[in-house]
Amino acid sequence: MIELLTQLLSYGFVVRALIVGGLVSLCAALLGVSLVLKRYSMIGDGLSHVGFGALALALALNLSPLEVAIPVVAAAAFVLLRISESSRIKGDAAIALISSSALAIGVMIISYTSGMNADTSNYMFGSILAMSESDVILSVGVSISVILLYVLFYNKIFAVTFDENFSRATGTRASRYNTLIALLTAMTIVVGMRMMGALLISSLIIFPALTSMRVFKTFKQVVISSAILSVVCFVAGIVLSFIFSFPTGASVVVINLLMFILFSVIRLVKNKI
Amino acid sequence: MKLISCEGVTIGYDGQEAVTKVSFDLEQGDYLCIVGENGSGKSTLVKGLLGLIKPQAGSISFNGIRQNEIGYLPQQTMIQRDFPASVTEVVISGCLNRRGLLPFYSRAEKNRAAEKIKQLSITDIKKKSYQDLSGGQQQRVLLARALCATEKLLLMDEPVSGLDPLMTADLYQLVAKLNQTQGMTVLMVSHDLESAIKYSNKILHLKTETSFFGSTADYLKTEMCRRMMGELSDD
Repeated sequence: MIELLTQLLSYGFVVRALIVGGLVSLCAALLGVSLVLKRYSMIGDGLSHVGFGALALALALNLSPLEVAIPVVAAAAFVLLRISESSRIKGDAAIALISSSALAIGVMIISYTSGMNADTSNYMFGSILAMSESDVILSVGVSISVILLYVLFYNKIFAVTFDENFSRATGTRASRYNTLIALLTAMTIVVGMRMMGALLISSLIIFPALTSMRVFKTFKQVVISSAILSVVCFVAGIVLSFIFSFPTGASVVVINLLMFILFSVIRLVKNKI
Repeated sequence: MKLISCEGVTIGYDGQEAVTKVSFDLEQGDYLCIVGENGSGKSTLVKGLLGLIKPQAGSISFNGIRQNEIGYLPQQTMIQRDFPASVTEVVISGCLNRRGLLPFYSRAEKNRAAEKIKQLSITDIKKKSYQDLSGGQQQRVLLARALCATEKLLLMDEPVSGLDPLMTADLYQLVAKLNQTQGMTVLMVSHDLESAIKYSNKILHLKTETSFFGSTADYLKTEMCRRMMGELSDD
């Protein structure tokens, strides 16, 4: 086991994947608690598809992927949130519309420029090799600011998540914090997307929160448990991916699924007692 | 002293007026009930008072209280019923309006939350999860949160809906006590006309417009009240 770990850590790309992935998992888990509880889980999924489209565009235009994707996805987050808040258009339908359109456009751009190949599959399902030196620096910066903002606004995020009308009535600018959550989510998704894959990144947001809620019942416990669970599952997923050469994203999701089943069983047993 | 004065307030959604030219005053120490049928604009008026919707016309002025110092007890949404949060976490979130932009709660807010928890006798369940509580206990927790947010005015939107008769009586007692012994001004939206008449000193009867505003004693003499009560006893 130790031998395996030292072998793993001797590869630069694995260390980079672990740093970025660990931080992204942590951010995704923190934000995920609010998104799941606010019934916004699908926003994560929608944003990742928009991210895929943006990535494809950046490659076609020979621009730096993250620098294009972050503003595009942030703008999409803003739009999706506005749509969800307005009662006239059904939020879930709008998200499905935007996400499948972005995916379709992305696929068309890719097939026009480089053709569907192994790279495309990596974008869809994630690759451990995806992170370069400069990506690491950008991702660490983004992740740290997400975590800092989350901690600073923790109490307000709780209040807005639990009861938006009450917090607005008592003077908290709820829409400002909704926007903050959406923007932080957008940044987290873009940074994690190439490692986890556009189709799978939203699982990082949804799984840890849902799994933790099987067993834990206060907000703080759920947040802490999600954060730990998310990082643990990610590291386990990387190890799995490395040993069997599975796609990284898929490995992480499968580990998360196993944890979800485990926690569900724990809940069943607890309720029986 | 007038805490809130509404002058000709009109509020609407999507081009339709839900509340038309409503005027009333809320004096300190009042127990005002807003009654009316479904769709008569009661909840819309509440949202206007809280600043959640901007009135299209008229004015709502506050005196001796700021808009964000109203202790609001909302109708429960489905999301909250299975929300993972401890009682303490929920109650202390009522103190957020004292924090401004400061990020964390200080000792003062923690003490305030503990005091309200004690006052509403929910100390023994303060570590429990909100989702594991009965409907009556959940209302007490939300009431404690509202008390954290206010010194002067409680605004309650259908506080007893979904509660059994025992819990309902219990909640009314609690609110009446706050009104009488602590001088807490109460503004309650209610379906329950009988209790509204029993506890309130003023009634606002809405039917999009103001059908009646005045003392509860005067309201009892009106045709409208007799009709509503008659309908009740027919049930």
